Amino acid sequence: MSKIASGYDPAVGPRTTGTTTVIRPRSSIYDRNLHRARHDISVSSLSFLFMEMVSMNLNQAKSLIELERKLNNLGYSIGTKVLELASLRENFNNNLTSSGKSNVSKREIKVLDILHFITSVIWPSLFEKPADNLEKSSESNCQYMIIDNAPVLMKYISVPKEYEGLNCEAFVAGIVEGILDSTFFKCEVSAHTVPVEGHLGRTVYLINFDEELIARETQ
Amino acid sequence: MSYYFAILGTNDSPLYELEIGTYKQSGDGKPNFPIEIKELQQFIVNASLDILQDQQFKINQIFFKNLDAFYGYQVYSYLTQGNIKFIISTNVKNQDESIRQFFIEVNELYVKNLLSPFYNVNDPIRSVGFDSRVCLLAKKYL
Repeated sequence: MSKIASGYDPAVGPRTTGTTTVIRPRSSIYDRNLHRARHDISVSSLSFLFMEMVSMNLNQAKSLIELERKLNNLGYSIGTKVLELASLRENFNNNLTSSGKSNVSKREIKVLDILHFITSVIWPSLFEKPADNLEKSSESNCQYMIIDNAPVLMKYISVPKEYEGLNCEAFVAGIVEGILDSTFFKCEVSAHTVPVEGHLGRTVYLINFDEELIARETQ
Repeated sequence: MSYYFAILGTNDSPLYELEIGTYKQSGDGKPNFPIEIKELQQFIVNASLDILQDQQFKINQIFFKNLDAFYGYQVYSYLTQGNIKFIISTNVKNQDESIRQFFIEVNELYVKNLLSPFYNVNDPIRSVGFDSRVCLLAKKYL
């Protein structure tokens, strides 16, 4: 009996090989190559899209905190996806450079390693440059800070007086939170503008890890 | 000689399952689990998750062979950075390397699937394209 090809349905149970005639479907996302070297888009179109995202959420939100939360949520779902992609590419590239048959694929399982992975692998893949700094808070064991002197998305954004304290980089903070959450590093991430001379848009992403996690780390 | 393959999400819910028959060793490509084992496969895979969880934050390997064993069935696992688990339980011996290759290619398919804006982490993978490509990979490697 040959059935028409159909996808997995959790209500039915496992699929089996050899029972359905495999029809090769039309070209789809599965045929694309994930390992293209460059995949650039222009900053202006990105800024334009981001501007629309901010203004749409601004109209819907009742307060600035709500707006930041909405932006954060938008970033979160991107974070969960970009993590898998970046880690796959990184392992693939490492395997290429170590020439031939090797087994260097690995996961990051320590707080410092994953933060380093974010600043030096994910940041360049998103913004074409590594993050400028990674610091540990002197006050608390659970706090880390990623610092970007000139965030790409903030390039054409100036915050008006009446919205003081708003930082649209809450979106990127959401991405970082999504990444850390799906690697099981439970945390909260917020973005703050901390201008210094020469870098008015300097943004600090404050990462507050769960205390349990630090306990797991020191085991 | 058959394989049971499952993708499990971060909260251990099944995202995708497949029973794979082999063409090697004069198989006909159809899975032929004994009926009492066929029903147990999901339990075997779930039981091995405890062991995997113990290792999860101690060892930074992606691929674990001989994770668990159940009366001649060996369990292999592959853990992605986002804690999605690919697990195979099989009674075929000495196929470590081809199972590893299979996992790596499925990982790529999974990421492609994940990049679809209509798919979220931990949703079951219902895509026909995904299913048929996993079947092709299974034919190629297993």
